[in-house]
Amino acid sequence: MNMADMPTEGPELDKLNEWFEKKFEEEMKKKEAAHTPSMAIIATRGTLDWAYPPFILGSTGAALGWDVKIFFTFYGLLMLQKKMNLKVSPLGNPAMPMKMPMGPEWLQKMNMPMPNVIPSIMPGFETTATALMKKTFKNKGVATIEELRELSLEADVEFIACQMTVDVFGFEHSDFIDEVSYAGAASFLPVAQKADVTLFT
Amino acid sequence: MSVSNNNLDYVELDASGLSCPLPVLKTRKAVRQLASGELLRVRATDHGSAKDIESFCNQTGNDLVSSKEEAGTYEFVIRIR
Repeated sequence: MNMADMPTEGPELDKLNEWFEKKFEEEMKKKEAAHTPSMAIIATRGTLDWAYPPFILGSTGAALGWDVKIFFTFYGLLMLQKKMNLKVSPLGNPAMPMKMPMGPEWLQKMNMPMPNVIPSIMPGFETTATALMKKTFKNKGVATIEELRELSLEADVEFIACQMTVDVFGFEHSDFIDEVSYAGAASFLPVAQKADVTLFT
Repeated sequence: MSVSNNNLDYVELDASGLSCPLPVLKTRKAVRQLASGELLRVRATDHGSAKDIESFCNQTGNDLVSSKEEAGTYEFVIRIR
């Protein structure tokens, strides 16, 4: 049909509008069904507790069939090391609700807010807190960070390290697992622009 | 965590005792090993799994045939698309 022949009023126009609406909806549905959702995550933290969100969301996104990329920058780089040694610090984490993962039931049920003054004066406190968190997570059937990283890779989550922070902290590419690629801000932003979900962790 | 056939024509996946996101990740793994039309029965104890497995099925286009809970154990039957 020629543009000039298009109806501009009356029942002909109503019919055309009705047809268009239906067609448009169909096409949008087709488009949506063919679209693979994507997610871009920035991982900036290097402690055991904060390593969980990017790996949990990344691996789950991939399990849902999404295209997932995680950009690791600053302390997030520690999550890419061949041998991870992530620790949790109760220092500056005053809200951390820790319970004893072992011992008699009454002890396990007790809330023990982590005092902030102890870790700074007691050597090894961080190691203890880390061990307690690992034990608690294990008891609750939570995967280890190593496991989640492996599952993420298995599900084709892409790992990209920020080259600038790699240089700043004096890392070598050989410090990191082989699956990592290296890029900068200009690579991340266009990915984030197109992503359906962007998260900063 | 083994995936094994039994004589009910289900493939079984036991994700009991595992927390988020493991039940979903294990389910994805099992689903990928199966052919279209096959049935997967997943057991889990994670209270979030009822909503999570449903969401997984919606997102991946697999058919959640049934979902039930009994005494803290969830059981899902998924038909592979």
